[in-house]
Amino acid sequence: MTMATTPSKRRPAKAWTPARIGTYAFLLSAAAFFLMPLYVMLVTSFKTMDEVRESSIFALPLLPTVEPWVVAWSSACTGLECKGLQVGFWNSVQIVLPSVFFSILLGAINGYALAFWRSRFANLLFGVLMIGVFVPYQVIMYPLVRLLSSVGLFGSLPAIVVIHSIFGMPVMTLLFRNYYTGIPQELFKAARIDGGGFWRIFWELMLPMSTPILIVATIMQVTGIWNDYLLGLIFGGTQFSPMTVQLNNIVNSTFGERAYNVNMAATILTSAVPLFIYLVSGRWFVRGIASGAVKG
Amino acid sequence: MAQISIQALDIQLGGNAIISQLNLEVREGEFLVLLGPSGCGKSTLLHSIAGLIDVSDGSIAIGGKDVTWADPKDRGIGMVFQSYALYPTMTVEQNMAFGPRISGVPKTEIAKRVARAAGMLHLTELLQRKPANLSGGQRQRVAIGRALVREAAVFLFDEPLSNLDAKLRAELRRELKELHADLGATMVYVTHDQVEAMTLASRIAVMRGGAIQQIDTPAAVYSQPANMYVAGFLGSPSMNFVEGHLQCQDGRTRFVADALTLDVSGYAFVHSPAEGQRVVLGVRPEDIAVSLTPHSDATHNDGLPAQVRLVEPMGPNQVLWLKVQGLDIGVTCDAKLQASKGGTVVAHIHTPHVSLFDAASQNRL
Repeated sequence: MTMATTPSKRRPAKAWTPARIGTYAFLLSAAAFFLMPLYVMLVTSFKTMDEVRESSIFALPLLPTVEPWVVAWSSACTGLECKGLQVGFWNSVQIVLPSVFFSILLGAINGYALAFWRSRFANLLFGVLMIGVFVPYQVIMYPLVRLLSSVGLFGSLPAIVVIHSIFGMPVMTLLFRNYYTGIPQELFKAARIDGGGFWRIFWELMLPMSTPILIVATIMQVTGIWNDYLLGLIFGGTQFSPMTVQLNNIVNSTFGERAYNVNMAATILTSAVPLFIYLVSGRWFVRGIASGAVKG
Repeated sequence: MAQISIQALDIQLGGNAIISQLNLEVREGEFLVLLGPSGCGKSTLLHSIAGLIDVSDGSIAIGGKDVTWADPKDRGIGMVFQSYALYPTMTVEQNMAFGPRISGVPKTEIAKRVARAAGMLHLTELLQRKPANLSGGQRQRVAIGRALVREAAVFLFDEPLSNLDAKLRAELRRELKELHADLGATMVYVTHDQVEAMTLASRIAVMRGGAIQQIDTPAAVYSQPANMYVAGFLGSPSMNFVEGHLQCQDGRTRFVADALTLDVSGYAFVHSPAEGQRVVLGVRPEDIAVSLTPHSDATHNDGLPAQVRLVEPMGPNQVLWLKVQGLDIGVTCDAKLQASKGGTVVAHIHTPHVSLFDAASQNRL
């Protein structure tokens, strides 16, 4: 009898070739380069002001303190009030939730209608919507302000929600239309023969099939609307200025010594929500970019 | 059960006329197969019957009711698609119940219908599964079941078996035929597969370029093709064509070509033949008898010496590709015949089964 060759159970380890070492060296240095500012922010936010002044910006805090975080959250002055970022945080939550919901709903309905219910002017309508993607919104800011103030909505929560829903619509429509054109027309035709109308096919058939794109859209809209500054500043008024606007007020309106540690803590707090979403859902986010919707 | 009546139908898609002035009568309880190559308009015709494509002109009536502009759901039809088109987020049971649920059928009635369709199609054990967990054959059964529970008068099939492998296709083909016998409903079936057309159809409509070339029983379409296109489309290997002319002498009519002369006095001419008329002779591969030595009888011609160019064994029979005085001819014969490449055989044409076409119009004489 001959010896049977037993296949090795494990994949052989790869050798450390110069090319591999080079690849890792490049990736590690690139990661270090992009992480450096975050590192500086983190260490600074845990230092006292004395330490910020005296030590190198790269040094770890000798006497770590959470005081700057507490100040940033609850007592930093944003203009006349000194209640910290928490007001802005809750404002942002109030703005983001309905804005994300309505912009995605509008985009999904538009995309569904354009992909399946080919009305005569569908292509024209889609073209007009797409112009919306490319027009810089700063251009139409003034007419919009006049429009909203003429209906008495300017400077309120509904105003900012309406604005975000409208500005989100073109990209959301594009995203959902592209997703729905990937679904076989025969599925829609079968549902038509089964007697489904516009809304029933949307709610019972298409929306349950849209989970992946709904996740992508949610990520894009939450990060996009959370990070928005200009629209919140203009349309939110004094009562509903989002966290980003409050952050700017904290950082830019201090008298005397600049509280770098508080500024750093406030900045990290403000970007925590999008950062968290990026970290949890990186895979989905990349898919969203790949599905043809690129947003800066 | 209902008949379908289509009159002077025009369909344009993107400015191109796909179908023009088409008339078609589908009888009650009939299994009509629309057969043709891709792009011949057969699917377009089916989708217009279903109401999924708007017509430009003409009328469609189902069961005596004009449905030209009716919504798909109001036409009393069930449809099965090539890609199954099952609702992926619903279970098999929900897929089948979707249609009746929308049209407001009572729950107990829906359950009864689903149970019956599932029983007929061997789906009872699969009712709680999602389409993703079914095989191709099972998915198509569910799609058929979904059409069945609508209890429609007319069933439309759009190449339902094209995505299945050969064995499953044959199996489901038999089931469909039995289903038609059990239900007795009117069925319209689109395919490009001539085997499906021949085995399933009560009548076949052969289509080309948006027009029906011939509509008749499978046997008639096969043995008396209306023109050279139909003759060439049906049958595998396809019909052999030989160009020549007619010779009328002493009350007898002969087909004369360089390679062969054939007495066609017994041919059932639709139009009386003219002396010297340019014609094309069509002979099916199985209507040529091949032997190793010449012999003669009443229904075969005298035999042509032929050279074997290629042998294709098919199991029970074989296809011989012959060269007869410069003509390429395909012949089906018994596998037992000892023919080998390069050898010579004698080919006898079975005269009563030949077809003659006018060379110019390509129509049957």
